[in-house]
Amino acid sequence: MDNSPLQIRALDKFRGKTQVLHGIDLDIAPGERLALLGHNGAGKSTLIKAVLGLIRHEGGSIRICGAAPGSATARAATAFLPEAVSFHPALTGHEQLSLFARLAGERADINGLLERVGLGEAMHRRIGAYSKGMRQRLGLAQVLLGRPKLALLDEPTSGLDPISRQDLYAIINELAEQGAAVLIASHALTEVEARTDRIAILRKGVKVADDTLAGLSAQAGLPVKLRVQASGAHADRIAVETGGRRINGASVEVLCSPQDKMAELRKIAAMGDAVADIDMVPPRLEDLYRHYSGEDRK
Amino acid sequence: MRRAFAIARAEMLILRRNRWLFMATLIMLAFALALSFAGSAPTGTLGVDMLTVSVASMTTLSVYLAPLLALMMGFDTVAGDRDRGSLALLLAYPAGRAEILLGKLMAHLAALSVAMCIGFGAAGAVAAWFGGAGTESFMALGRLVLTSILLGAVFLVLGYALSALSSSATAAAGLSAGVWLVFVVLYDLGLLGAVVMDSGGVFTQKIFPWVMVANPADAFRLWNVAASESVALSSGMAGAARALPGWAAPLSLVLWPALGFLLACAAFRRVEP
Repeated sequence: MDNSPLQIRALDKFRGKTQVLHGIDLDIAPGERLALLGHNGAGKSTLIKAVLGLIRHEGGSIRICGAAPGSATARAATAFLPEAVSFHPALTGHEQLSLFARLAGERADINGLLERVGLGEAMHRRIGAYSKGMRQRLGLAQVLLGRPKLALLDEPTSGLDPISRQDLYAIINELAEQGAAVLIASHALTEVEARTDRIAILRKGVKVADDTLAGLSAQAGLPVKLRVQASGAHADRIAVETGGRRINGASVEVLCSPQDKMAELRKIAAMGDAVADIDMVPPRLEDLYRHYSGEDRK
Repeated sequence: MRRAFAIARAEMLILRRNRWLFMATLIMLAFALALSFAGSAPTGTLGVDMLTVSVASMTTLSVYLAPLLALMMGFDTVAGDRDRGSLALLLAYPAGRAEILLGKLMAHLAALSVAMCIGFGAAGAVAAWFGGAGTESFMALGRLVLTSILLGAVFLVLGYALSALSSSATAAAGLSAGVWLVFVVLYDLGLLGAVVMDSGGVFTQKIFPWVMVANPADAFRLWNVAASESVALSSGMAGAARALPGWAAPLSLVLWPALGFLLACAAFRRVEP
C-alpha cells in the first residue's frame, strides 16, 4: 500500500478563487499504463504538476512511493516529460542529458540512451538545431534515466511523426515492463486506446471516469452500431423491420444496446437472403470520451 | 553540492557557447585599456604613479560596468527557463532551488571573474609598464578586481531575484535596467540633492555617509577609496570615506551578496512553473 507508485486522495486545487481540481482520487499500480484524458483546461497538466510538487494543492493528499510530492524520495522515483519539452538551445543533446544524469545522481550510459531514442547521430549537435520531434526524443531519453518508478508523460506524442510514435509507445511499454507506473496525458484518443491498460477522464477538474476500456463501455451503455447491407431492393424492408435508418441505397444502420445485440442479430439473420452483409461497430474510445466528457449530456 | 556543480558546469558551457564570456571579457578589456590611456595625463600633477591613476579611473568604470554585466547575465536565469518551458523539467529533478541558483551563481561569478581579471589585469599591466607602479598601487589593483567581483555578485543575485519575480524574461530585462539605474545613477543623484539641501547640517555630517555605504555601488567606491590614500586623492572622494569606520564599506559589500542570494532563493521558491 505504502509502496504504490502513485496514490492520490481527494485532491483539491484552487487557482485564485476557481477550483481547478475537485476531489481527485487516482492510483496507478507498478507496470500499469494509465491514459489521462480531458479537454484543454480540464486539469491534466495541473494534476501532473501537483504530483511533481511544482505547485501546492489545497486539499487531499498525494503519495509517490509513500513520499510527499517534491520530496527527495519522490523526485528520485519520478520521471517527467513536459508538454512540448524544450531545453537550452546552446547545449548539445549529450551535454543536456549528462546534466540531467548528474542531477539525478545516475551513472547512466548517455550514449546508449541517445542511441536508443534515435539521436545517436545528433547527440553532439546543439539542441537549437533540433527539430521538434528530436527535442521530444531527447525528452524521452531523460525519462529513461535511472529506472523511474513513476513516469508522467504530458502529451508525449505531440509533434512526432507516425514512426516516432510507434517507437515512443515501444519505449513506454519497455518502461512498464520494467515495473514503472506510466501516466500518459493525451488528446490522441485513437493512440492511447490500444496502448494503455486503464483510462481516466477529467472534465473541468472532476474525474468522471476511471476504468478499463471494456469497463467504461459497459458502464456507459453506449449503443452498438450494426450496419446491415441489403441485397437487391430490400433495404426499405430491413429498415422498417429493424427500426433502423437507411444511410444509402443499400445499407441500414441499426443502433442497439449491448444487451439487445444478440436478439437484434438473430432477427436480422432470420431475414435470410435479404441481408447481404453485416458489420458490427462497438463504441470506440472517441464515443466513450464524448459520453464521459459531457458532450452528449446536454 | 554535487548538483550545484553539475548546474554550474552546464551554465559555464552555455556562457562559453553563446559568447557571453568572450563579450564580457572584451568589454572589460576595451574600457579598462581606454581609460588607462585616457587617464594617464594627470600623473605628474598629483605625484602618484600611473597605475594608481589608472586604478582610480577603473574604479569609476567598474561602478557602472560590473553591475551592468552582472544584471545582463542574471536576468535570464529563472525567467528564461520559464519562458522556454524548461523550468518545470529542471525542477522535477532532485536539485533544490537554492542549489540551482548556487550552481548558476558559481558559473556566472567565474565568468565575471575571468572578465575582471583579464580586463583590469591587462590595463594595470599596461599602466605599470608605461608609468611605473609600486607595491601600494598593485595592492590597489588587486583590491579593485576583488571588489569588482563582489559588486558583480551583488547584482547577479539581484538579477536572479528580479528574474524570479517577473512574469517574463523581457520584463526581467526591463526591471534589471531599472535597478541598475536606481543603484548606480539615481541613488547618488538623490543623495547629492539631499546634501545640497541640507547644506552641511546633521544629515551631511552623520547620516549621509551611512546612507551612502548602504548602497553596494557606493560601498564599492568607498572601499577602494578609503583603503588607498593616493586613490582617494586622485578620485576626490576622501571626505565621505573619512567619516566612516573602515569596516563599513567591506561589510556592506559582503552582506549584500549574501542577503541578495537569500532574497533570490525566497523569490525563486514562490515560482510556480
